[in-house]
Amino acid sequence: MIELLATRYAYLLMFVLLGVGLYMTIASQNLVKKLIGVNLFQTAIFLFFVAVAYVEVDGEPGGSPVVPATENPASSDLILASPLPHVIVLTAIVVGIALTAVGLALIVRIYSEYGTLREDTLREVRADE
Amino acid sequence: MSSVELLPALLVVVPILLATVPIALGLRYDRTGWSVTLATTVGLFAGTVYLATVVYGGSGTNQEVAVIHELGGFTAPMGIELVADTLSTMIALLVTGTALGVLAFTRVGGPRGNTFYSGYLLLVGGLLGLTMTGDVFNMFVFLEIVGLGSYALISSGRGPEAAVAALKYLIIGTVGASIYLIGVGFLFMATGSLNMLDLAATVPTLEGQNLQLARAAFAFIFVGFAIKVAQWPLHSWQPDAYQHAPDGVTPLIAALVSTVSAYALARLLFTVFGAEFIASTPYASEIIVTVGAVSVVAGSTLAVIQTDVKRMLAYSSVSQFGLIVAAYGLLTETALVGALIHLIGHGLMKAGLFIAVGIIAIGYGARTVDAYAGLAGERPFVAGSMAVLLIALVGIPPSIGFIGKWYIAVGAIEAQSWLVAGVIFLSTMLTLAYVARLLERMYFTPASALEAGHEDTATVGHAVTDGGTATVRGTRVTIGMLAIVIFVAALAVFLGFAGDAFFALLEPFVESADLEVSP
Repeated sequence: MIELLATRYAYLLMFVLLGVGLYMTIASQNLVKKLIGVNLFQTAIFLFFVAVAYVEVDGEPGGSPVVPATENPASSDLILASPLPHVIVLTAIVVGIALTAVGLALIVRIYSEYGTLREDTLREVRADE
Repeated sequence: MSSVELLPALLVVVPILLATVPIALGLRYDRTGWSVTLATTVGLFAGTVYLATVVYGGSGTNQEVAVIHELGGFTAPMGIELVADTLSTMIALLVTGTALGVLAFTRVGGPRGNTFYSGYLLLVGGLLGLTMTGDVFNMFVFLEIVGLGSYALISSGRGPEAAVAALKYLIIGTVGASIYLIGVGFLFMATGSLNMLDLAATVPTLEGQNLQLARAAFAFIFVGFAIKVAQWPLHSWQPDAYQHAPDGVTPLIAALVSTVSAYALARLLFTVFGAEFIASTPYASEIIVTVGAVSVVAGSTLAVIQTDVKRMLAYSSVSQFGLIVAAYGLLTETALVGALIHLIGHGLMKAGLFIAVGIIAIGYGARTVDAYAGLAGERPFVAGSMAVLLIALVGIPPSIGFIGKWYIAVGAIEAQSWLVAGVIFLSTMLTLAYVARLLERMYFTPASALEAGHEDTATVGHAVTDGGTATVRGTRVTIGMLAIVIFVAALAVFLGFAGDAFFALLEPFVESADLEVSP
């Protein structure tokens, strides 16, 4: 268990963040906080991809590491970073920004129409109409 | 590189680049959006037709006839490929054809404005990219482009309800696409590749821990797409989005967005993972079939109790896509062909039905099932076309709805899956229940005295109930709009005779899916 925590902490953190993000998205009544929850959910996935990028190669460092190859203290193998997941994370961040922008624009419009950001109040206002 | 190989890239890049033109021109000129979009869409349709003649003109296996474009000259498996094979070309034809038809409707039916047409082109480009991409991460990017386009188009409705529906769709849709991305991450961990064909070669050789990773990837990808395809109970974004989107947008979104997502799911299930992987994974096939079957029953039941026609048709989509997903899970050739035919047929029928709903809202002021009373007497052509499309949706021959359901039913019996066979029968009954309600109103209930002077009362009533979402002032029903609906209805009947042709065209793809395994 300790060993798992020491070596795989990034994956555990990812699942914690996924859970927090999803819980916020579902449970929070505030629309902006919901959107922050979605962002947290996506950030967890970026962390996952960055964690996946570390690959161990026996002996020679192959490919083109973004982070210089260092020796793994546990097995004396070389650790290096695959560049592909980093490119994926960069693209996914851009996509995430676009979505956040559209989401916030919609929230601004909802606020100007109904005068509230809370989902429960919104439901009441809409039921009255 | 020959000119044909450039075509897949052009089909994706051109609409996305030209999406900026309506906004740019809009700074100076007011109403250029429609012309730019029309020119682009006609070009895209012509390009797709040419691509189809090349792909279906060739002979050989799926890989041999496919037109492949390697983006930037980077070869697979490192680079990203755009692939137009026998299946994706057919979906691309559906996308460009429907986009053209719906565009003709928006000329008068609205919504207008240059930003709307920018969103329209962005959505069409994203859909074509999602159709032709050969890379699983690239698929995520196109999934999000399609999402962004749909959120923007849905929120272009006038009332505030449209914004709420779009935000709901945005949050649920983004979580769905993100869950798919987690699946891609697991798949990358297991195989170290993102190219679909490379993955298809690697996945069957996986063992031990990597096989477990691939199974986790499969689970995440399926759940992610279950949200995008609107499977019960993950469908909750869809009825709101369809109902509150403007009348000119609903046909496009209902006919294409979920359809192309369902196509992408088929691509992942049968090209990337392969039937053998699904069959060897415990309960995978059973879970897919169960999710689909539950959606069929839940979607149809919810459709029966709706009063708003658009909402009713939205729940009907949940159930029809349930049928398609259940057919994927059967893992037989006949069921797969049936699912793909039903995918295309459902897209066509829903496009026609939602355009008809738009015409009726403009010309007759009716939006609820009750307000459709006496429609056949006043608007015989729209009512007639709508009746034909509704009957095709039930699956009464000759119609495309019939051949899709027929092949799925035959596939279910071949696979000895009595659950699906029973669900198809039940779904036909339930579809008939909500279709018959509408037909009875249109043809056999006279417009009551209370509702005389229909246009006025209905418009006022609608403004109250619906927040005035899509009451487009100053619009009228044109001959062109009627012609589109009648054409779609005729096509839905005509394609009912084309079952063998579909089978022949899709054969190379179905063979490459290699379904000769007993589940």
